[in-house]
Amino acid sequence: MNRILKKLFSNGTSLIGIILLVFFIIIAIFAPAITPPLSDDPYQIPRMSWDINPQPPGSLMSDDMKEIYGFLEKEVKWEKAICGTAEGGYDIFYGLIWGTRTAFKIGIITVFISMLIGIILGSISAYFGGWIDEILMRITDIFLSFPFLVAAMVLTTVLGRGLDKVMIALISFGWMGYARLIRGSILSTKEETYVMAAKALGVSDTKIIWKHLLPNTIFPVMVQGSMNIGSMVITAAALSFLGVGAPVGYADWGQMVSFARNWIIGSPGHAGQYWYAVFYPGIFIVLFVLSWNLIGDTLRDILDPRLRGEL
Amino acid sequence: MLSYIIRRMLLLPIILIGVTFLIFCVFSLLSPMERLATYVRDPNTLKSPQSAERLIAKYHLDEPFPLGYINWLGRMVRLDLGWSQTANQSVADAIKQRFPATLELVLYSIIPVILIGIWLGVISAVHHNDMLDQTIRVTAIIGWSLPTFIFGLFVLFIFYGILGWFPPGRLSAWAQDIVYTGNFTSYTHLITVDALLNGNIPIFLDALRHLIAPIITLSYISWAFLLRITRSSMLDTLRKDYIRTARAKGVDEHTVIHLHAKRNALIPVTTIAGMMIIGMLGGVMITETVFTFPGLGFWAAQSAQQLDYGTVISFALLFSTIMVVGNLVVDLSYALIDPRVRLG
Repeated sequence: MNRILKKLFSNGTSLIGIILLVFFIIIAIFAPAITPPLSDDPYQIPRMSWDINPQPPGSLMSDDMKEIYGFLEKEVKWEKAICGTAEGGYDIFYGLIWGTRTAFKIGIITVFISMLIGIILGSISAYFGGWIDEILMRITDIFLSFPFLVAAMVLTTVLGRGLDKVMIALISFGWMGYARLIRGSILSTKEETYVMAAKALGVSDTKIIWKHLLPNTIFPVMVQGSMNIGSMVITAAALSFLGVGAPVGYADWGQMVSFARNWIIGSPGHAGQYWYAVFYPGIFIVLFVLSWNLIGDTLRDILDPRLRGEL
Repeated sequence: MLSYIIRRMLLLPIILIGVTFLIFCVFSLLSPMERLATYVRDPNTLKSPQSAERLIAKYHLDEPFPLGYINWLGRMVRLDLGWSQTANQSVADAIKQRFPATLELVLYSIIPVILIGIWLGVISAVHHNDMLDQTIRVTAIIGWSLPTFIFGLFVLFIFYGILGWFPPGRLSAWAQDIVYTGNFTSYTHLITVDALLNGNIPIFLDALRHLIAPIITLSYISWAFLLRITRSSMLDTLRKDYIRTARAKGVDEHTVIHLHAKRNALIPVTTIAGMMIIGMLGGVMITETVFTFPGLGFWAAQSAQQLDYGTVISFALLFSTIMVVGNLVVDLSYALIDPRVRLG
């Protein structure tokens, strides 16, 4: 474990990943201090004005908007849109900060639950073998027969709009990789003598799986999971972009990009006039995903026994 | 070998039935009224409760689960996929009309995936760990971290917004007039191919101009991924004993890499390449939406936004079927390519 941590910190690419990740964790923790929410639901991006066109960075909150917040007895602690506003006056900076929490929430919850499902099904399948294995693996094949994005889109459409629906869809079609991975490693471990010994001693099946097999096989699955956090966030953002994910005005980077895509070309003669509406949420998604991928890529190289000693 | 092929063939119908069953389960999450809406052409017929009830009975939407599934499957097999409100035509017709555009896009996207992915992967492995390898590798990771829709918007902004080279859509207005109304025979409905068959070079160039930006967007993730696979497979092969023997014998480096190592290293890569090409199906939705390219993916995304359930469900059915059959073809061809599997 120490060896792995040391390599992670001494390798240039993974160090960049770790620094980026720490940056995002700090933003997520201090979100209420950086941009205090203006409504009861902190994930609702406050509006700075009623303008239809995006407003450039540095524009101020309009007077009628201040009046409304005053009427609602909300204290406006900031009135400058540092990164500009999106269509409809939504403050981009606020969305970026609170969107970090959304991204962590999507990534960690979906990966954790789908990993749990995968581990349970995969270990049952490998440990008992026979027809149980056959049935569970064919079910896995069936779930794998859908392009991930298409499956997630269809399920979200049927379930209805909203972040929780997106997460349900991502989990429903995200567990198969883990199930196969853990099945493979348990199949090779379960013939080891210490497992045989436990069986001969009459230890219960559940206990053998939890106490003997999983601790020895779970590590590659967790590496895989950390690498998948990025792709889950991308898929959730893609669903928002397609218009079936988070609702308009929700602090979610994908929704912000989607909302801004009509403005990317700019007005005639002013190409890129509204660059900030796409650029800021876009760069946040890319850096967030990149941080996980950089760490994951190095982890995989470190753990690959064939490459040991070459990094 | 033969038993493997037979086993895979026997599993195909089981998987397909499982896939349709899963889709039906998702479909069943909708209320009978919502499900009925997928078959009805004129929404006004749903307004009176009597006619709605009559239609629910007609389409067997109130039946218990197993019967409902069999009825639904029967309709799907007869290609009675319902009515698409988004396309304002029957779902089957809409698929037939939009399929060639998507096919054309995917077919062209295979070229950069194979060429760039494999070529850069080999270079990266040969120059393992030096500057060039690190640069290629980091570029690939960045490429992999870029969501398709952000990359697509970026491409659109540069090549259309600033440079004005590659406009969105499938054809310019003048070319549409010729292709859809004028003296132009559609043989394959792939516009670039048809244009060449008609000997109409301006149309060919116009279609190509509209294809380039979507091709770049659709293919870059696949080649970034393929590059990583090729690199590690090549690294693995270069460490094999027979390569050391070849080098010790004094075979020149070019021959070692291109004749001895590459051939073996590319065997697993072909499988992944096949899977990547199938995997591009998912990216089609995003790419076509970014470039308003009138294919299946753009239509599916529109239907999802407008809660046109029938279309979305048919789309899932179509893409999963393509994926199941495609995976089978890839697996079988892998068995044929690799002599160890073929003869084993």
